Amino acid sequence: MTTDPNQIQLTADGKLKHFLTIEGLSKELLTEILDTADSFISTQERAVKKVPLLRGKTVVNLFFENSTRTRSTFELAATRLSADILNLDISRSATAKGETLMDTLWNLEAMYSDMFVVRHADSGAAHFIAEHVTPNVAIINAGDGRHAHPTQAMLDMLTIRRHKGAIEGKVVAIVGDILHSRVARSQIHALNALGAAEVRVVGPATLLPRDIEALGCKAYYDFNLALRDCDVVIMLRLQKERMQNALLPSESEFFKLYGLTTEKLALAKPDAIVMHPGPINRGVEIESAVADGPQSVILNQVSYGIAVRMAVMAMAMSGQQASQQAAQQADDDAQGEASA
Amino acid sequence: MQLPDIQQTCQQLTADLQSLLQQRGIDNPLMVGIRTGGVWVADILHSQMTLEEPLFSVDISFYRDDFERHGLHPQVKGSELPESIEDRHIVLVDDVIMSGRTVRAAINELFDYGRPASIILVSLFDIGRRELPIQPDLCGARLALAEGQLIKLSGPQPLTVSLL
Repeated sequence: MTTDPNQIQLTADGKLKHFLTIEGLSKELLTEILDTADSFISTQERAVKKVPLLRGKTVVNLFFENSTRTRSTFELAATRLSADILNLDISRSATAKGETLMDTLWNLEAMYSDMFVVRHADSGAAHFIAEHVTPNVAIINAGDGRHAHPTQAMLDMLTIRRHKGAIEGKVVAIVGDILHSRVARSQIHALNALGAAEVRVVGPATLLPRDIEALGCKAYYDFNLALRDCDVVIMLRLQKERMQNALLPSESEFFKLYGLTTEKLALAKPDAIVMHPGPINRGVEIESAVADGPQSVILNQVSYGIAVRMAVMAMAMSGQQASQQAAQQADDDAQGEASA
Repeated sequence: MQLPDIQQTCQQLTADLQSLLQQRGIDNPLMVGIRTGGVWVADILHSQMTLEEPLFSVDISFYRDDFERHGLHPQVKGSELPESIEDRHIVLVDDVIMSGRTVRAAINELFDYGRPASIILVSLFDIGRRELPIQPDLCGARLALAEGQLIKLSGPQPLTVSLL
């Protein structure tokens, strides 16, 4: 990282103009995102789900890595804000023909795009793009390498707030492959900023980074112990390729130790909720009876994902406009002084 | 400039509204206040009438025409409207009408919930300076303010008005 992300993602008066990472954002700003998303949920329950906020704006979904759910919820979010949306599957486009990333971006800018939603396998990709595009294009990070997945974390916060009333004072366990999870990192930052009582990360030693506790969480190797007094249990997807890297003995071994079953869930608080960013591997990290059970809010997360993405897109576009105007004003003032 | 008494103005507005509804043969209207000030005024009118349904509200933040200039309002509260307003008679209440842009946004939003049978626009104060061809059906008081002067409603309890 070359510069502090908050120098890039916030306007001079602290408004969002890109959404790159949760790290360093204030409780007030995160709460504003959740409040705005809450209002968008009410618009999603109507017969006409569109609002005219981003009418005439062009949003480009720039996915350098495969994704179905995130991409389609961003697409729906943009559509419901009345923006025009272009989906670019970069792996099949010009980059595969040898065009550099910056050339691709400059071409998209030349098409008068207003926002890029970026998913990339490299940590820091969204930040890099935000630093190099023209000032008027908002960048939303839809997942970069192992670094961050801020909209997923915010939809998880919205889910907790709507189902548990608040994030303050809650004990939350994040379970599974913490090492490779950008979702876990963003969740830890968001939970801490929003006042969770305790954040626990749970998994085998091979999948828990050694320095993880520095982010403000407590590491557990024993799932049973970690579940005690939990209000929220967030299961992460186990990526099958990790087995090949010998980080895990076998799927069945992992399920035995870290899979969420009805018996294990009984160790948490009786009203604990179960979350999962999806896609779920039934029988690997979560039992079907739990995934489809009364404590599961997994499908609610998907619905809230649209509202959170609408909120972040509207706020970032609003911030872009504010900073554009400030720049214009400064320009006018400078010209006024020069001619005076 | 002497500003009118809010309680008295609201009472008069309630009486005028009741006779307009009677005249139009509307017996079960939906009352909708425009956030924030319009909801305060609507709350008083609603309490002075015997309507079957509770008071509803619209938050026009997502429908404003100045998003390009001013961005998103930082405190969006959301609208509270019934699932459908199809074929319903609506009484839309605002605190102060000026340019008419707020009312335009509110009506646009209402149409996203359905096609109302009619909309009656009620405003506590009208300070002129219209930019759109939108006029209230009922208005508590028309105020002739000096150039650049504005009024501000504070509330909800007590509801007061002051010159800015």
